[in-house]
Amino acid sequence: MADATYPDDLRYHEEHDWARIEGDQATFGITWYAQDSLGEVVFFDPPEVGTTIQKDSSYAEVESVKAVSDVIAPMSGEVVEVNDALQDTPEQVNEDPYGGGWLVKVRLTSPEEAETLLGVEEYRKMLDR
Amino acid sequence: MTRYTSATPDDRRQMLDAIGVGSAGELFEQIPEPLRLGRPLALPDGMGEAEVYERLAALAERNADAETEVCFVGAGMYDHYVPAIVDAITSRSEFLTPYTPYQPEISQGGLQVMFEFQTAMSELTGLPVSNAGLYEGPSSVASAGYLAMGATKRRKFVVSRGVHPHSRETLATYSAGYGAEVVEVGLEDGLTGAAALAGAVDGETAAVFLQSPNFLGAVEDVEALGVAAKEHGALLIVACDPMTLGILKPPGECGADIALGEGQPLGNRLDFGGPSFGFFCATEAQIRRMPGRIAGETEDVDGRRGFVLALQTREQHIRREKATNNICTAQALNALGAMVHLAWLGRQGFRELGELLVQRTAYARERLAAVDGVELTHEAPVAREFAVRLDAPVKKVLDRVADRGIAAGYPLGREYPEFEDGLLVAITERRTKAQIDELAEALEAAIAAERNQGPGPLSPHTGDKVTGGVT
Amino acid sequence: MQAEKARTIFEKSKPGRRAAALPAAEVPEKPLTDLIPSNLLRAEPPRLPEIAEPEIVRHYNRLSRRNFDLDSGFYPLGSCTMKHNPRLNERVAALPGHARLHPAQDPRRAQGALELMWLLQESLGEICGLPHVSLQPSAGSHGELAGLLLTRAYHADRGEERTKVLAPDTSHGTNPASVTMAGYEVVKVATNEQGGVEMDDLRAKLAENEGEVACLMLTNPNTLGVFDENIAEIAKLIHEAGGTLYYDGANLNAVMGHSRPGDMGFDIVHVNLHKSFSQPHGGGGPGAGPIAVSDRIEPYLPRPQVVRREGANGDGPSFDLDFERPKSIGRLRGFQGNFGVFVRSYAYILSLGGDGLSEASETAVLNANYLKARLAEGRAGERLPIAFDRHCMHEFVLSGKPMKRDLGLATLDLAKRLLDFGFHPPTVYFPLLVDEALMVEPTETETKESLDAFADAIEQILAEAEDTPDLARNAPYTTPVRRLDEVKATRQPVVRQQFG
Repeated sequence: MADATYPDDLRYHEEHDWARIEGDQATFGITWYAQDSLGEVVFFDPPEVGTTIQKDSSYAEVESVKAVSDVIAPMSGEVVEVNDALQDTPEQVNEDPYGGGWLVKVRLTSPEEAETLLGVEEYRKMLDR
Repeated sequence: MTRYTSATPDDRRQMLDAIGVGSAGELFEQIPEPLRLGRPLALPDGMGEAEVYERLAALAERNADAETEVCFVGAGMYDHYVPAIVDAITSRSEFLTPYTPYQPEISQGGLQVMFEFQTAMSELTGLPVSNAGLYEGPSSVASAGYLAMGATKRRKFVVSRGVHPHSRETLATYSAGYGAEVVEVGLEDGLTGAAALAGAVDGETAAVFLQSPNFLGAVEDVEALGVAAKEHGALLIVACDPMTLGILKPPGECGADIALGEGQPLGNRLDFGGPSFGFFCATEAQIRRMPGRIAGETEDVDGRRGFVLALQTREQHIRREKATNNICTAQALNALGAMVHLAWLGRQGFRELGELLVQRTAYARERLAAVDGVELTHEAPVAREFAVRLDAPVKKVLDRVADRGIAAGYPLGREYPEFEDGLLVAITERRTKAQIDELAEALEAAIAAERNQGPGPLSPHTGDKVTGGVT
Repeated sequence: MQAEKARTIFEKSKPGRRAAALPAAEVPEKPLTDLIPSNLLRAEPPRLPEIAEPEIVRHYNRLSRRNFDLDSGFYPLGSCTMKHNPRLNERVAALPGHARLHPAQDPRRAQGALELMWLLQESLGEICGLPHVSLQPSAGSHGELAGLLLTRAYHADRGEERTKVLAPDTSHGTNPASVTMAGYEVVKVATNEQGGVEMDDLRAKLAENEGEVACLMLTNPNTLGVFDENIAEIAKLIHEAGGTLYYDGANLNAVMGHSRPGDMGFDIVHVNLHKSFSQPHGGGGPGAGPIAVSDRIEPYLPRPQVVRREGANGDGPSFDLDFERPKSIGRLRGFQGNFGVFVRSYAYILSLGGDGLSEASETAVLNANYLKARLAEGRAGERLPIAFDRHCMHEFVLSGKPMKRDLGLATLDLAKRLLDFGFHPPTVYFPLLVDEALMVEPTETETKESLDAFADAIEQILAEAEDTPDLARNAPYTTPVRRLDEVKATRQPVVRQQFG
């Protein structure tokens, strides 16, 4: 597994989720720390396209062999795309958590929520605690 | 008393010293004084093995089992012949005494048995996925309801009156908990009313429950009945008798989403109703919602083929309140018995046994229908069990026939008041032609005697009053 | 054995082989399609193996030897109570009077069976301190579901609708799973450092959910193996709040004859006959989970109940199945329950008697405390400290956190290395309260030598790990298979034989 990395162009949620914001859309996923704690991911249960997801609420589940984890939405929005490739290669979540391991893309309903998220330094600091 | 402990006074002294207390009683001081029992349990003193044996044998003597009375009683559990190798294999320590296979490296025996059993049940039912077993038939039906609610997000069940009354009752009990509404569809001439069923199913229906052969022994056209479920996106759940799956079209080929049932006929004794096992098979789409344990094939670090508990994230020890079911301990040893029995019967033998059942049942049905005072409740095709109606009080007839050493069948009246004086007669490969003929004669004589209020039977019967003992 | 490749019985099949010789029809035969319409008939028989008896026996015998079992070695699984399974019990369960009795036999001709069930009920009632017993539930979790449905019926009868059930965050997974199946919502109650209920949190949760709490589910001793000294107060609080108190009987082996859940204030108790009452575990069942309840819960018990009736006219008493139970929650399963398990458990109770059961619990507690004392010494004392340091009851929990930190060995690695030493490992990673948990329950049927050998093995593994930690990390080496790829099994599940 790759070394712990936390890209600095992302915003982070304390439940170990990241958001890549591009205009009025954002891509969500789980951080290196989350996939490391979970172990090898075997299954991703995505929401349906069109579902509304709420900031701080669970919108999906990620499973390893011995654990199930709720995935928390860093921001609110309408799901416009889910990463279907994960049905065949769920291990992307471990191997490339910020790239091929992305989970969903949403159209943001409240872009100002980004203010409440952590920057990379703050997130790193939180992990070290 | 019998002890299975070994601690001698010397052992105790050494152990207490190591712990640093003067007596074992000190270890119980963590129990607050008011909660300590402070007296011996009001139970008889313990006994030696021989004495316990005598007690249990004396109790056994007071049961009219299938060796004392020829058993034509079915209703989901049948007096099949269980081959001797089943006893030999299921009594092996290595299968009898281990725990659930959570450490797969030392549980390959149990896990492979599960895998083989899953394969066999999948073959029997025609559905690709099987679990390793649930408690028994009726609670499996209730668990299927729970699955259907999760899968469809709906809360209504449509259930045929042909489904085993214990299954319907259990489903009702569970539904009161998990919040489902149960709608029953009646039988017409022994079969589920097709129009009534179609009328009851709608967009709120999570599942349609059928049984074939149904409780009255009739073989249902599951495929035709199931169309209503498909049209409304409800799951089709079919309970079936495993011993008939060698000759009847399996639910998987009739559009069932789930096929399940009582597994007792495969490799398990009657045991006054348990332990047995429930089998539960489903389409691929339902695999992540399946209750119970599932064994999966894999490899070890050196590339050796092996088996593990798969998809454990469905289960209670991981998913807790969101688990697909609360089941933990199931019926693993009973499933082993089933697998050995199926291997013993083999592909050809299993089919032949099914054919044998159909032939003898047809014969029995004809013989009984010809008896004065016996009428078939329906003419639908049957496989191994059929329902008749007697022209005399069924309980009294059964008592008279029991005096001739025959248990004639299962009285229908309590669960099917519409068939007062109804009787369900079951056939297994142990029921010979001679026994069937004797049953017919005994019924004839008993009905005649009841009609004539003839001389009472040999042992004292006092109608409905409960008496102690057999004779 | 490692060299032996696993082959399924299907792979040993050869067309034309068979074991069973079936009887002839004896009756005049008709074409099958005359009796059953062809559209209801199966075209091809299921692909069961074709194999003769000697090969079947050889296959399952060899397979059985790929299992570790209780009759072969020590099995200190916490909360599983792996005590010896007496063979007498198998003998009496096989008596035809019990084994070949149809469940729908007329009760008048099944008096032995019904009396046995009644006697077992009475015995369990005395042991639990709650007089009304139903033997119907097939396992502990089935009993839990029953208890919650009883609670629901109880409140409904009082015109109350409650929606929540409290359970400790350390409870066994079946507890919250049963709560959801019974239509309730789980509310977690915090566990204190001693493994008991965090009383302030209990009071807070009761206050927050006033009028909504149906039940509190607990086990006592708790999941750290310690008796919760607050139990009387806990019972008072939940009863004042109008809820029922449910006892998960998994830990009953600690207290038989010493304390009774009914006396502790529990309303509903389930007993695992496959734990405290010696029913063999069978590799995952069968078991049974009878429930004992208080007077106020009795009306709702499942139907049918086994009852004893006084005889008239100088007749002896008789036993019957009582279906006239208007307030009953109904059936939980077919027929009467796992009778074969009742026979074994009753034989066990007769063998031990009141005295013997009491002694069993005492020895279970003694053995656990002794093993705990041994594991407090040497390397185990350093690397596997006890989670809560005081006298335990029948089990105790160690933490592998120092071992992980200092030697880089996870509890899982220790468990796998124990397999090479011929022991079944203790329960691992439960309760979640303790880091790298190891839950040890020796039971009363182990000898002192057996406990010493286990402690010695742990010591040896820890010593090994100081020099060669990789040894345990790649263990086991000597088992029929080594560590298995569980990821592969779950990502691409293969759950049945594929035929070409």
